[in-house]
Amino acid sequence: MIYRENGQFKTSYAADQQIFPIRQDRYAIAALLVFAFVGVPLLADEYMFRAILIPFLILGLAALGVNILVGYCGQITLGAGAFMAVGAYAAYNFLARVDGMPLLGALLLGGATAAVAGIVFGVPSLRVRGLYLAVATLAAQFFFDWAFLRIKWFTLDSSSGSVSVSNLEMFGWTINSPVEKYLFCLGLLAVFALLAKNLVRGAIGRQWMAIRDMDVAAEVIGIRPMYAKLSAFAVSSFIVGVAGALWGFVHLGSWEPAAFSVDRSFQLLFMVIIGGMGSIMGSFFGAAFIVVLPIFLNQALPWLGNLVGVSISTVGVSHSEFIIFGALIVFFLIVEPHGIARLWSTAKEKLRLWPFPH
Amino acid sequence: MGFFLETLIGGLMAGMLYSLVALGFVLIYKASGVFNFAQGAMVLFAALAMARFAEWIPGWLGFENQVLANILAFAVAAAVMFVVAWLIERLVLRHLVNQEGATLLMVTLGIAYLLEGIGQSLFGDNIYSIDVGMPKDPVLVLEGMFPGGLLINKEDFIAALIAAALVAALSLFFQKTATGRALRAVADDHQAAQSIGIPLARIWVIVWFVAGIAALVAGIIWGSKLGVQFSLATVALRALPVVILGGLTSVPGAIIGGLIIGVGEKLSEVYIGPLVGGGIEIWFAYMLALVFLLFRPQGLFGEKIIDRV
Amino acid sequence: MKLRKLAMAASLATIGLASALTAQAAAKEQYFPVLVYRTGAYGPNGAPWANGYIDYLKLVNAKGGMNGVKISFEECEFGYATDRGVECYERLKGKNGGGTVFQPLSTGVTFALTEKAAVDKIPLITAGYGRSESSNGAVFTWNFPLLGTYWVGADVAIQHIAKKEGGMDKLKGKKIALVYHDSPYGKEPIPLLQERAKMHGFDVQLLPVAHPGVEQKATWLQIRQSRPDYVLLWGWGVMNSTSLKEAQATGYPREKMIGIWWAGAEPDVKDVADGAKGYSALTLQHGAEPNSKVAQDILAMVHAKGQGTGPKDEVGSVLYMRGLLSSMLAVEGVKRAQERYGKGKVMSGEQVRWGLENLNLDQKKLDGMGFSGVMRPVQTSCLDHMGSSWVRVHSWDGAKWNFTSDWYQADEKVIRPMVMLASGRYAEEKKLKPRTPEECKQ
Repeated sequence: MIYRENGQFKTSYAADQQIFPIRQDRYAIAALLVFAFVGVPLLADEYMFRAILIPFLILGLAALGVNILVGYCGQITLGAGAFMAVGAYAAYNFLARVDGMPLLGALLLGGATAAVAGIVFGVPSLRVRGLYLAVATLAAQFFFDWAFLRIKWFTLDSSSGSVSVSNLEMFGWTINSPVEKYLFCLGLLAVFALLAKNLVRGAIGRQWMAIRDMDVAAEVIGIRPMYAKLSAFAVSSFIVGVAGALWGFVHLGSWEPAAFSVDRSFQLLFMVIIGGMGSIMGSFFGAAFIVVLPIFLNQALPWLGNLVGVSISTVGVSHSEFIIFGALIVFFLIVEPHGIARLWSTAKEKLRLWPFPH
Repeated sequence: MGFFLETLIGGLMAGMLYSLVALGFVLIYKASGVFNFAQGAMVLFAALAMARFAEWIPGWLGFENQVLANILAFAVAAAVMFVVAWLIERLVLRHLVNQEGATLLMVTLGIAYLLEGIGQSLFGDNIYSIDVGMPKDPVLVLEGMFPGGLLINKEDFIAALIAAALVAALSLFFQKTATGRALRAVADDHQAAQSIGIPLARIWVIVWFVAGIAALVAGIIWGSKLGVQFSLATVALRALPVVILGGLTSVPGAIIGGLIIGVGEKLSEVYIGPLVGGGIEIWFAYMLALVFLLFRPQGLFGEKIIDRV
Repeated sequence: MKLRKLAMAASLATIGLASALTAQAAAKEQYFPVLVYRTGAYGPNGAPWANGYIDYLKLVNAKGGMNGVKISFEECEFGYATDRGVECYERLKGKNGGGTVFQPLSTGVTFALTEKAAVDKIPLITAGYGRSESSNGAVFTWNFPLLGTYWVGADVAIQHIAKKEGGMDKLKGKKIALVYHDSPYGKEPIPLLQERAKMHGFDVQLLPVAHPGVEQKATWLQIRQSRPDYVLLWGWGVMNSTSLKEAQATGYPREKMIGIWWAGAEPDVKDVADGAKGYSALTLQHGAEPNSKVAQDILAMVHAKGQGTGPKDEVGSVLYMRGLLSSMLAVEGVKRAQERYGKGKVMSGEQVRWGLENLNLDQKKLDGMGFSGVMRPVQTSCLDHMGSSWVRVHSWDGAKWNFTSDWYQADEKVIRPMVMLASGRYAEEKKLKPRTPEECKQ
């Protein structure tokens, strides 16, 4: 009843083509943004910021990047963790080696370096497809894992191969407390989400989707696969790289290549598929699911056990966490193979007609 | 020269073990179009079952014969793998007919979590050993020809033989039995196979079961080498380049691919590794597979992909 | 975009749960958060450590607590994953009046927590692991690599080899291979080995093994080819037993292999049994001590009441004792702090740090606690956060570990300059002002 677009007439192309054509959506988004920027910092405590919100924002950003490649351009990748690592180490090097390098500059240059790496490792996608490509991208994963462990130059000759960043500062604003870190990540996420949304609505996004749906057909109607695929790799890796740099700089503070291991790559792909391929929103749903669920289970299980009078050992909790997590993934995919985002849009469709469906 | 041969033989034998894991991937992909990332978890699950039952059964039945215990444990573990296959078909695959590859892949990752969690809850999460009487000490051959002789790892050698035997048996099964023919028919075309009365559900159970047996054999061999513990699940990552190099749909491809990857990664680690600091074998295997793919995008023995608009 | 609300709701629920859990604990207890990993690739090694750690806390409680203050504790499983470890730290640090100390048993998590712990003012004990340069308490004010660091381990390993060869001068021209876990943990000893190699003229061959260490065929083929005089094994978890099996399969004599103290426990050799006969490893003060008084106490006062954390036969095994010792050090830190800030009170992180900086475990004290024969006296100071480094070597005879050497101590002349250099670099990078001896007196 409330969510209905009756009476909202579009009188110009611009109005018809805006991101959120329905007025209620615009209000909802605005309210959400206000809540995220103002409400959350007032409500959440330190644990919430450090252990849940910041990882969620950063991995959401990474999932957004992966979604551009996997969901919009149809190139399955298992090497996203590697591009996070490239972003993190490149940003670290820019920050440490170049005098007076601003934080934002280092982050963006880190992303740019990751984009270059993405293009290089995207070249096989011109020949190799589908699952073959997915496994081939693992080459990037293991190569970069190795490179950042072995090549001392990347880590400024630190003897252990672990690097750290502190005293983050941007335009005189020291990003130190959890709230500041949260706001910084949130700001970047909002900007990149807007950017990505506009990219996928534009010509380039349509080219990606054409390639995804059928690359031979796309080629026939004049889309250059090389340009489309490599640009998707570049944009995706750029965003993933920035997320990687944030993960290192803001979340961990000190990291080693294991922070961007193959498990991370799987995790990101998880987020995209669970959340919904080809949906910006889906990336965030997926990130929330993957970040929050294990932590939630880990804390909820002993508590639930206490309720019924059973004390579950740490080992039991950990195993049940695995089992429930796996079962939920299977369950979700059976119920909705297209991810949570599809559930969301179905709900929206229903809401439009409610309470008087046909 | 002697050292080169040693590395070569070591690589071949390691490759044979990889192909054993790769075989599981290929079998399932061939029959159901699912890229089964849970294969590693299945190896772990099967090995845990085997190790624990071999430990428990003598206690339950009151005898002490190690060989008999192993045989019984193998039978029970195989039965367990059958139940796993049946459950997967019943609860998961049946509901996901005709879904996209990516979705199916993700489901198998979910299954992997399930198997790891359930396996460790049921069978424990410590290190267990499987003792099937594998010889552990090396033998040196051709000592006259090479200084210091040529070292052969007996355990790996036997493992390679077992792997080869399993592959031969599977090939026979595919070529000569009615079920095998039905499996191939399903692999060629689901709908056509169904229309001539081949029951898809049963075929899937069989295929997952056969893959489970391959996982069990791989689990026994790797488990007796490394001890049965959580890291066995990561063996799958070493087998992935083998699968794509050999082609997702080819059983001989898994073998040849395994040998190429095994030899390639050992030679690279030994000869190129020291120049760049070592530890390169894992990415080298993937790079090797990638380079092959650039020339043959469907793998060495994969079916040619023809695109039509 | 409602997703964030969803996430929010879920996380708020989490918080609710967390606070519900918190409410259970009573106020006047010293709270020990325990980071553990009982599952995953390194679980078989993490579990005995965690059991020892917790059993000792239970023992202290059974004996009446720390000057009357009972200990409450809580486990958080992180599976040896750095980000989950950080999450656990964040979850537990503020609970029940604040965590007393953290002991992550992971070099990666130690690196990640070093800066966070300083902000939160919670000491970080890393007994036998962590960053080697953190023994400089002037710079690393919240890190306590008590008992020994990796550099100590590497130094003692070289001393032990030299002793076997008959003197440091005999090392010239020798070849020593380091088979290491390819991570900060495994890479820590490299600078020290290279320093020693320069001093004595031996060669170091570096052989990294990728996580988790199940594929080492190529590594051992290289060892077979280059035939090093000794192999130092710097592994953790399944990597150790795999190394020993590969050594057996390539015929490398196990007598020539020396492991760091994280490669010298029961889970590493149990599965190899006879194949590991002759293999020796360093021990950090203690080895397997099933007959020590403290282990007996635990059996009598904790396990006998059915409160044991792990299986009974594990009590006294190497990693169990490591956990127990780590726990004891933390408890002694609190007790020492109570001597200054008031017995029978709950200590804050800052006060515990003072206690840890002024530890003085002499022989009498150790005997009183049941640690006679298990370890030698340890004394720390504000500038020296490591204390004395006493190391022995023990060897596996196919069924159990036996001590096979005298006590060693690391050569301060070699290590100190390296510690000062590395910690100085860290201070410069982080713009920290090292504490002066005057500041220490406060």
